[in-house]
Amino acid sequence: MSGFIALLRRDLVLAFRLGGGPFLGVGFFLTVTTLLPLGVGARLELLGQAAGGFLWVAASLSALLSLERIFQADVEDGSLDQILLGPLPLEASVLAKALAHWLTTGLPLTAAAPALALLLNMPVAGYGPLLLSLLIGSPALSLIGTIGAALTAGLRRGGLLLSLVVLPLFVPVVIFGAGAVAAAINGFNPVPALLFLGATSLVALVVTPPAAAAALRIHLS
Amino acid sequence: MVPNITLDARDLACRRGERVLFSGLSFSAGPGLTEIVGPNGAGKTSLLRILSGVMASAAGRVQMSRGEVLLEAGSYAAVLHYMAHADALKPQMTARENLAFAAAWFGAGMSPEAALERLRLSRQSHLPVAYLSAGQRRRLALARCYMLARPLWLLDEPVASLDAAGRALVAELVAGHVMGGGTVVAATHDALSPDARRVEIA
Amino acid sequence: MLRYANPKRFLDLSAAVLPWLWLGAAGLMGWGLWAGLFASPPDYQQSESVRIMYVHVPSAWLSMFLYGVMFAASVVGLVWRHPLADAAAKEAAPIGACFTAICLVTGSLWGRPMWGTYWAWDPRLTSELVLLILYLGYMALWAAIEDRQKAARSAAVLCIVGVINIPIIHFSVEWWNSLHQGPSVVRFENGALAPAIDPSMLWPLLAMAVGSTLLAIAVLFVRIGTEIGRRRLATLMAQQAAG
Repeated sequence: MSGFIALLRRDLVLAFRLGGGPFLGVGFFLTVTTLLPLGVGARLELLGQAAGGFLWVAASLSALLSLERIFQADVEDGSLDQILLGPLPLEASVLAKALAHWLTTGLPLTAAAPALALLLNMPVAGYGPLLLSLLIGSPALSLIGTIGAALTAGLRRGGLLLSLVVLPLFVPVVIFGAGAVAAAINGFNPVPALLFLGATSLVALVVTPPAAAAALRIHLS
Repeated sequence: MVPNITLDARDLACRRGERVLFSGLSFSAGPGLTEIVGPNGAGKTSLLRILSGVMASAAGRVQMSRGEVLLEAGSYAAVLHYMAHADALKPQMTARENLAFAAAWFGAGMSPEAALERLRLSRQSHLPVAYLSAGQRRRLALARCYMLARPLWLLDEPVASLDAAGRALVAELVAGHVMGGGTVVAATHDALSPDARRVEIA
Repeated sequence: MLRYANPKRFLDLSAAVLPWLWLGAAGLMGWGLWAGLFASPPDYQQSESVRIMYVHVPSAWLSMFLYGVMFAASVVGLVWRHPLADAAAKEAAPIGACFTAICLVTGSLWGRPMWGTYWAWDPRLTSELVLLILYLGYMALWAAIEDRQKAARSAAVLCIVGVINIPIIHFSVEWWNSLHQGPSVVRFENGALAPAIDPSMLWPLLAMAVGSTLLAIAVLFVRIGTEIGRRRLATLMAQQAAG
């Protein structure tokens, strides 16, 4: 457990010291949200209807942007060897790194989402489900993304490849997350979507550590 | 406690893509210094990675024993430290922070300050690693190795990018470890000590 | 040499089987196309456009079948480290991607007379589109890693993760569709899967499905053979480089 915390702390420190850390993702989130009305026009009703789905798409894209970093630096400077030789099973180390990624991207995005929803004129009924869905679903983005990051660690143009590999796996998360908001806005019950979202996150939690650890071992071999 | 670790390599082989780097490599490295020599690209780094357990050998096996007692296969990582060619240091963290993480991660035999002192890095202790020179980073990696105080050191080019004083320091460090009963396996171009056993790979 | 013992046997087997596969594929698809496009009656609802089904449904089936082949080969390759299985997984992907693309194009063309638009985000087509991206990601990962063994094993991990995800993706897309189903879109029922299909349509469809499966297997065999040759070439070049 002390190893888990040590690794988590190290990754958090690095995230904060490297190019703005968590604020960079939020900044991207804000930028894309600003572009949407400029692109489709300031029709408040249309924006309000699309806000939940749009914010989920923007959240998954900004999570994607920072995924490449999860293992890349550790591969390049040899830290991954030291992580592998440490006391923690590689699966647990993967989990620590995914958690660090979520704390520095998913959580800030969740916190920023209501303000952006306001800019997009989202109906009041959507706020609760939006926050809940991001809280439940954004960990799945970090977890699934960790698999992609492990598979593409150390590759040239890994970033582009990463998005191609990871985005189809994001589909259920985005559907259920945005679905919960859409249901609430249209007067339906958002709970089923949130439950499906929770189930998807749990599957990601189970699948990610062994899959990402296997991918890293392949890379190191 | 006398560390007294013996490393026994039997029939190791390494394949890189379609190329076979070495095969049928067997040797034993007990307490003392063993130097791995060979031309560039012969697979010295790959051999060290196999010995450390980071990489699997294409054939054969590595065994370790403490005195006469064979160690369990999963426990090798706990008795060794592998100092790779890459320094595994985070440029955004200070020298001390890098060591503190290693201490928390691996468990250390002494304080980071003592190790920094030994490698003459006390003055750089609060500087981010990004500001250190290549030689200073190498010394910091050695300080980590010294701090962790594992019985078996696997060193990949320990004196690379060091000046004469740095080299002398490394030789002293290795001699001290050997004196205390430690085992050192080093891949190196320049001999660390005339008394070392040598394993040649071609 | 042991490494090539099995590929050698595979090449012998493939040389013996391939003529029959080509023949079977040509015969079944020839008859199926003739029967489907000319001999069978037009559908009473969809009229002549139903004939797209004879290409669309088999390619939809093959898009999934080949992912299954890829998955099975990936598991074998990962567990038993068999180079032939790696080659099978690698070479199944482009064929699968091809059939997925055919399925999407024919589905979209079929959509024009049925829905009045080329693309209606029908759940099946949407799932197929995601499947196409999965194929492309898989192929891109293979292409990006230079070391063959590492590439094979990384791609196998991705394929297995994909297989775990496909049912979730499919379910989520179905669910999403039920949420967004607009009243103007005519719900499209795939004629092939309805039990009331007339034998005059069923037999050509079956012939096309079996025929194109044989075709896919034949192409897969040829591609695996090429891949084995490519590997030998790489080994020879490495030997030459070593002096």
